[in-house]
Amino acid sequence: MDAISNFAARYARSREEEMSIDEYLAECIREPVFHHGQGGIRDVVHPGNTEHVRGDRIERPQGGAGGRGSQASDSGEGEDDFTFTLTKEEFMQIFFEDLALPNLMRTHIGENPRWKLRRAGYSQDGTPNNLAVVRTMRGALGRRIALGKAPLRELLALEAQLDALLAQDDGTSEVVAELQRRITRLRERIGRIPYLDPIDLRFRARTQVAVPSSQAVMFCVMDVSGSMDQARKDLAKRFFILLYLFLTRHYEKIDIVFIRHHTQAAEVSEEQFFHSTESGGTVVSSALVLLDQIIHARYPQGDCNIYVAQASDGDNFTNDSGNCRQLLVEKILPLVRYFAYVQVAEEEQNLWDEYSQLLPLCPHFAMRKVSEPGEIYPVFRDLFKKEGVPG
Amino acid sequence: MSRVHYPVLERRSGDNPWKAAAVGERRHRSVPNAPLPAGERPAPPLPDPSDWTFALIERYHAAIAATAERFGLDTYPNQLEIITAEQMMDAYSSVGMPVNYRHWSYGKEFLATERRYRRGHMGLAYEIVINSNPCISYLMEENTTAMQALVIAHAAYGHNSFFKGNYLFRMWTDASSIIDYLVYAKDYVAQCEERYGTDEVEKLLDSCHALANIGVDRYRRPAKRTLARERLEREQREQREHYAQQQVNELWRTLPTRPGKEGVAQEHGRFPTEQQENILYFIEKHVPLLAPWQREIVRIVRKIAQYFYPQRQSQVMNEGWATFWHYTLLNTLYDEGYLTDGVMIEWLGSHTNVIFQPPVGHRAYSGINPYALGFAMYRDIQRICQDPTEEDRRWFPDIAGTPWLPALDHAMRNFKDESFIGQFLSPHLMREMRLFALHDDARQSELLVSEIHDENGYRTLRQVLSQQYDLGTREPNIQVWSVNLRGDRSLMLRHTPYQGRPLAEDTLEVLRHVARLWGFGVQIESVDSNGNHPVLLHSVPAPAA
Repeated sequence: MDAISNFAARYARSREEEMSIDEYLAECIREPVFHHGQGGIRDVVHPGNTEHVRGDRIERPQGGAGGRGSQASDSGEGEDDFTFTLTKEEFMQIFFEDLALPNLMRTHIGENPRWKLRRAGYSQDGTPNNLAVVRTMRGALGRRIALGKAPLRELLALEAQLDALLAQDDGTSEVVAELQRRITRLRERIGRIPYLDPIDLRFRARTQVAVPSSQAVMFCVMDVSGSMDQARKDLAKRFFILLYLFLTRHYEKIDIVFIRHHTQAAEVSEEQFFHSTESGGTVVSSALVLLDQIIHARYPQGDCNIYVAQASDGDNFTNDSGNCRQLLVEKILPLVRYFAYVQVAEEEQNLWDEYSQLLPLCPHFAMRKVSEPGEIYPVFRDLFKKEGVPG
Repeated sequence: MSRVHYPVLERRSGDNPWKAAAVGERRHRSVPNAPLPAGERPAPPLPDPSDWTFALIERYHAAIAATAERFGLDTYPNQLEIITAEQMMDAYSSVGMPVNYRHWSYGKEFLATERRYRRGHMGLAYEIVINSNPCISYLMEENTTAMQALVIAHAAYGHNSFFKGNYLFRMWTDASSIIDYLVYAKDYVAQCEERYGTDEVEKLLDSCHALANIGVDRYRRPAKRTLARERLEREQREQREHYAQQQVNELWRTLPTRPGKEGVAQEHGRFPTEQQENILYFIEKHVPLLAPWQREIVRIVRKIAQYFYPQRQSQVMNEGWATFWHYTLLNTLYDEGYLTDGVMIEWLGSHTNVIFQPPVGHRAYSGINPYALGFAMYRDIQRICQDPTEEDRRWFPDIAGTPWLPALDHAMRNFKDESFIGQFLSPHLMREMRLFALHDDARQSELLVSEIHDENGYRTLRQVLSQQYDLGTREPNIQVWSVNLRGDRSLMLRHTPYQGRPLAEDTLEVLRHVARLWGFGVQIESVDSNGNHPVLLHSVPAPAA
């Protein structure tokens, strides 16, 4: 529908001007005209007087239920409550416009790759269920014509000769008998050409092609130590949800694994992940060790696209941060498509410093800081923007 | 019940299509003093299955047409078309016209209509009438037989005769050429989109639409032009435009004036020398930087806005007239034995909904229902003619007791809402509707009941209600005041407030649209009711190139 494409076009424009979706939605469907605002003097006639006499004073009705209803609608001041519905796909299309998965070489074919049969022309052997009948019959027809043409021409010539002889002759001469013998032989020869020969058979050929996996797993790793309050968890959650939505555009099936940690890490359900409260110190490496274990235990073949989003306030046990970096470099980063670290606090502590060293080494590692809910989406766009598209 | 849309100019005389008929040329048949006698009474009434068939619609139409004829209703030929709900919404979104140029706001309108319809917030109109010649009525497929009869009487005879008779439509619209003009507009806009890009055209249309309501001539009637002439003029304009524009545009004048020969404009230091009410026209003629195609699009929007101008001024009269006639025609048919009781019950149900006037304070109250007011007024005029009281004779000496058909015909032809109410709203009706006037002064915390329906209040009440339908008071009075010729070429608009009413918040946004068209800065100022003490309201800088 036109309105939708229009919407998309305007949306693109609005982002250059840094507007929120709401503002911009209102913006793109407004049709402002000059009209009267509230205030001034209005004399309005209403029907259905039951109790008033001249000079009565009435309290001003709130919300325009009575009083100035008519005036408002007459002069076009009515609410423009127009909204339209986007399907989920349309929304995603707009929401994630210009974003792409980094390192999108998903064609990771592991030891146990997935195969898909593709058509690959015709072959001369195969099973009967794959017989290409039309192809086969076409070949047979060609073969029959090729083999039969020369004898047929000869046959026709002989028959013409015979007819000529018979016209002058009584048909008892040796020449006629000889001609008749040759004609019979030719007829037999033509008759022996098979209607269908094994060499005519053609079968539809299929070959197996390895296809990239359309499965993905997303690990959400979150710090639940005492320093992570509800607001920070909320920030982390928003980021996880964005990432999840984004991944659903690219993969058919996505598993999510929730890992939370304080000094110890545990795999938990979504409910527990976001809502249970625990406190304690922070040892980030515990989560990374568990992450590595889970990857090896459940997604060992490497045919699954692995994404990790880690959220923390960066307040790690001091000696542990170096450990974390080591774990990432040696064990985890080689296995995953993308690792995003989001720090939901402003101050840079040792974890941030250690992780920063990874940036030049690993292109599929990214880290950002977020401190307001409003920053999540920009940060997200920033992480996944297509190359060459201005943020 | 109906959404009526009617652009239109004057019907042309048939023999010479290039020559527009003079306004007064079209003679209407004289209206009989009383309905002509009915024909033979039909033995069985018309069948009334709820599903209509084309044959059945024909029969109903024939009966209604014959009855309308007896009342002397003068109409354009009728063209009835059956459409689906989807098509009805489509027609809604192109402001009721069968064709229109492309613009996203129509898509918005369509989606909004569709959404409300799907959720059951609104029923669709049963029909749409287009003021064209022949008069096209769209009937909705899902109407029942009884509803189709109602709609035919309402649209094809009520509205149709109003279009043909009322002076506003006779003067301002041309029923026979509007469709052609819209086709032309659509093609032209599409061409521009192709040549200059959809974005450019869309922006331009957005800006023009923002000004469409003040892009009409209120006093000067547009010259009638045939489409061919319109095209020719456009070509001429385009050819000479580029050259001429740079030569004569007042805004570009840099020649030093000879001493003693100063132009009027410079003497008074103001251009234009008089205020201009039609802002779009002023823009079309005087904008320094618009390309010829942009001027043409401004013109198209302006012309179409002008076509719709009469409609906005005659809603009460038009709807009331159509409602009065479907009521009268169908009742007459029933009396003569054409309609069954079932049909009567069904259309009366719809009729009652349409003319329902919730009293103030009622949950459904949203001002005066134009159907209710219009219908009641025509019925009241009929009553005054047929059965006048002493009071009526005092108030309406010229129509009390006279034949009602000519009186109604006169009332329909020669008024618009404002003057119609000012002339014909009777004390009897004011009492019946229990009308009262509220004085709402924003500076005070309470509303004052200024007039009620009693002997002392009738005249003022009538005047207040009449003013309520005056477009001049409903829409802000904004005119072009001046252009800064010596400086930055900025345009100054002047708002003259009515009753101290301020402009609404989105004025600034509209101003941006004006600036986009004008190409330089735009300001708007407000003056007091005497035209003095201008106060600058908003100022918009020149749009970035």
